[in-house]
Amino acid sequence: MSQKNRIEGGQIDRSRSLSFRFDGKSYQGFAGDTLASALLANGVRLMGRSFKYHRPRGPLSAGSEEPNAIVQLRSGARQEPNTRATVAELFDGLEATSQNRFPSLSFDVMGVNDLLSPFFAAGFYYKTFMWPAKFWESVYEPIIRRAAGLGALSKQDDPDQYDKGFLHCDLLVIGAGPAGLAAALTAGRAGARVIVTDEDFRLGGRLNAETHAVGDQSGADWAAAVVAELSALPNVRLMPRTTTIGAMDHGIYAAVERVSDHLPVPAPGKPRQILWRIYSGRAILAGGATERPIAFENNDRPGIMLAGALRAYANRWGVAVGERVAVFTNNDDGLRTATDLAAKGVDVAAVIDTRTGGPLLPGIRHLQGAEVIGSSGRLGLSAITIRHANGKTETLPVTALGVSGGWNPNLNIASHHRGRPVWEESIAAFVPPKDGPAGLSAAGAAAGLFSTHAALRSGAEAAVAALEDLGLKAALPDLPRAEDAPVAITPKWYVAGKGRAWVDQQNDVTVKDVKLAHQENFVSVEHLKRYTTLGMATDQGKTGNILGLAVMAELTGRSIPETGTTIYRPPYTPVAMGALGGRSRGHEFKPTRLTPSHKWATEQGAVFVEVGMWLRAQWFPKTGETTWRQSVDREVLATRASVGICDVTTLGKIDIQGTDAGAFLDKVYANTFSTLPVGKVRYGLMLREDGIVMDDGTTARMGENEWVMTTTTANAVPVFRHLEFVRQCLCPDMDVQLISTTEAWAQYSVAGPNARKLLQKLVDQDISDAAFPYMACGAITVKGIRGRLFRISFSGELAYEIAVPTRYGDAMIRALMEAGAEFDSVAYGTESLGVMRVEKGHVAGNELNGTSTALNMGLGKMVSKKKDAIGMVLSQREGLVAEGGYRIVGVKPVDPAKPLTAGSHFLETGAAAVAANDLGWLTSVVYSPHVGSSIALGYLKNGEARKGQRLRAVNLLAKTEVEVEIVSAHFVDPEGVRLRG
Amino acid sequence: MIINHPLLGPRDAQEFTYLGDAALIDRPDGLSYPTPDAAMDAMHDYLYQRSNPAGEHRELWYHEQGDRSWLVVTRNTVTHEITRVELARDVARMRGRSK
Repeated sequence: MSQKNRIEGGQIDRSRSLSFRFDGKSYQGFAGDTLASALLANGVRLMGRSFKYHRPRGPLSAGSEEPNAIVQLRSGARQEPNTRATVAELFDGLEATSQNRFPSLSFDVMGVNDLLSPFFAAGFYYKTFMWPAKFWESVYEPIIRRAAGLGALSKQDDPDQYDKGFLHCDLLVIGAGPAGLAAALTAGRAGARVIVTDEDFRLGGRLNAETHAVGDQSGADWAAAVVAELSALPNVRLMPRTTTIGAMDHGIYAAVERVSDHLPVPAPGKPRQILWRIYSGRAILAGGATERPIAFENNDRPGIMLAGALRAYANRWGVAVGERVAVFTNNDDGLRTATDLAAKGVDVAAVIDTRTGGPLLPGIRHLQGAEVIGSSGRLGLSAITIRHANGKTETLPVTALGVSGGWNPNLNIASHHRGRPVWEESIAAFVPPKDGPAGLSAAGAAAGLFSTHAALRSGAEAAVAALEDLGLKAALPDLPRAEDAPVAITPKWYVAGKGRAWVDQQNDVTVKDVKLAHQENFVSVEHLKRYTTLGMATDQGKTGNILGLAVMAELTGRSIPETGTTIYRPPYTPVAMGALGGRSRGHEFKPTRLTPSHKWATEQGAVFVEVGMWLRAQWFPKTGETTWRQSVDREVLATRASVGICDVTTLGKIDIQGTDAGAFLDKVYANTFSTLPVGKVRYGLMLREDGIVMDDGTTARMGENEWVMTTTTANAVPVFRHLEFVRQCLCPDMDVQLISTTEAWAQYSVAGPNARKLLQKLVDQDISDAAFPYMACGAITVKGIRGRLFRISFSGELAYEIAVPTRYGDAMIRALMEAGAEFDSVAYGTESLGVMRVEKGHVAGNELNGTSTALNMGLGKMVSKKKDAIGMVLSQREGLVAEGGYRIVGVKPVDPAKPLTAGSHFLETGAAAVAANDLGWLTSVVYSPHVGSSIALGYLKNGEARKGQRLRAVNLLAKTEVEVEIVSAHFVDPEGVRLRG
Repeated sequence: MIINHPLLGPRDAQEFTYLGDAALIDRPDGLSYPTPDAAMDAMHDYLYQRSNPAGEHRELWYHEQGDRSWLVVTRNTVTHEITRVELARDVARMRGRSK
């Protein structure tokens, strides 16, 4: 099909023809077209089916407010549902398909919903699908979702990049129509740093859609000239294809730039979209206005659109939507559509004006006091029915109808901080509130100033005022002459009738639905919205909300301002999830931290596990090992028999220095540290102020005023934050300095009977038991390189942790493994670490669960009552110290062949598996090659007194039940002989 | 939001973590009460009794992605307007805290 509706003029580049497909059929358009304008040029009016009734629909608008022409763009992984054809910039090869229809757009079987519409009125879902309740999720909702759906996701990974960026400016101008351009010009010439955002790909706003002159130029030419001047200013950044979606706090605005949506594929290295965070000194909202329709029976046929859109398609895109058109209006702006179209040679059959009196349009059939009361045409408009002032009706064959019920300022962003829009009677619309975001002012149509002259002047004045606030001087430019017609409107919201008159076309809400809501007393705007779903579709009711509100106002006998309006919230238009996620996607969702031995461990074929942000070796499989248990059992047995090496760098390390460091540690630890001699390490328990254990670890006194604290891997950051809180907020005069050294030191645990022999080969100093006893610490050198040595043990074996500067970490693991070869040393990972700590009865993450006290962990005696440590007082609360509470115990299956399941609950023999009989749970379960069975730690009520008892460990989720024996938590070397060896 | 750090100037709130009511600075000394119950009551009120004003609120923010300063920020919880930013250490000293 040729572009049969294409007429002269417009801002399209007729030298650049573009091919595209819609529902499999090929069409031609021009550079500068939107998908909607190109389809309309080709005579295609039907572009979608409505959400609920599957009514055939075409574009209502020529902009981002579009409720009807919602299509799917592209295919494969780039498939993008729910896109507005009216803002989709045409490119060569664009592939679009219609949505929400089966089997095709012109024949949609779900159109039967339309015939069943009496059953689908407002509140239908709430009233009909109530019983039985469980049917909602399993039966009703899936069916309704399929019938009343929008587009479909490709369910493939989006191949494009999205990014985030930060911009700073003195003045942000939102919208590049006459008001925005005048503001930008004023501020830009004054030297201020200016950012101009506009959702359109062509700057100029309504100037591109109108025939008004600005000065001696056309509006579009003036806009182009201003854009050229602004582009040359180094202090001005013009951002077309960029929607400012919301006002955040303190002059920060969010904006989405569609960098590559107008291209088949983003250019190499370019993102698809960027989410900008714009820091502004001042901002001007110059977002224009959106036209609203007048509701009448069957006002949703393809071919019926907003009068301003009909005019925009003709003036900007050179498209006559129909060969014979009519206009239905309650205001003077609608008349412009008739005169503009007539001037372009389009057959204007009639102007149906709801008003009486006033001058008649010359040369056009201008029917005053008349109404459009209906329309006909199966898949698009073929005729309208008019009721004349004298009551007679007439059927007029037309293929396009422009409707204007007046214009609503686009004030959304001005009410993002809950400011209530203010009703302005003279234009019958809401204008921005006075209590909008601080630093934001409105200009032009967004402020309710609808003439071109008023837009230019208010934009320039707003810029002068904004710059003055910032201490910058700007001169008002000489404004070009422009039309300054007053707004002439007599509100008319809907035409009374029996049939359905659409208010919200995207969500299929009719005047009748609003009436039903009123009848059932859902009269507040917030109730009206939720009961009828008015304004809840992806267009957020940009064209329908005020209309619905006006109908409700009339029904309740209140004025529109009394009825109120719903609050606008960000985003202004729909935003892709990809833009919000930016680069924080998949593997890059969070940083990955690698340990110093990572390269070496990779060479060994280690299996890695994520621990917080760290990637740690979990175990090191050897040839012939087919299950992880084989590897872990080998690592554990070899460590306990000879020596094993594990990277423990991920533990938090905090250097603490100063003359008050000991007193500071007494404050943050439940046990006492100030008495610890230099050269010694102590295990410490840190409580939260509520008495619950926050973290545990060892702290070493390296010198009189020099300490090194270790924290668990997971709590390294929160503990450091807590220490800074105590230091700065509670003890501001203590001489204490803190610094995190987690990344500065590579640290390895060397554990097992041969640990000393191995280390002595590398450490330059004497580390015999006499020179370096259990719990000793000190500065050492490793073949000349400075290091730190701690004789501490998590495994229960003779063990050390040796630290060297991180840059030597890789060399250190290689040196350790080489020195250990003669002892058949093994590397072990986090699994073996876990097995050995459970065998030794040490608590870790599963026991430090944020609800457990020192007493629960069997460490109650560590809490000193002689000093005012954080958490001491509240750890003694009655409920926390009551007899019979949870105590840590060891657990063994009576039958060693039976595996235990973590999370199982303790029950007495014969007790029913109900919460009332619950005695506690298994916190950590491992297979112990040492014991030869599954073993566990657990919290058990009155656990101390239950040692030797037999209970059941029941897990209803895993459906396991094992008879267990309660034992000491120390499965290995309970006397601690080995670690002192 | 933007927090005007007393040492570093205006910084984005994303660089900070939030703790809550600045009254947390006024921690009672658990050993300074005649009875354990009195200490318990004082510590309980300190930890759990917070006002939740719709309006001006003094609160603790920590410049975690910055210089590690704890700040007392006076912020209007309704408008998010920030009227004052102080170093928590200075506030603590003014409120009589020392070691």
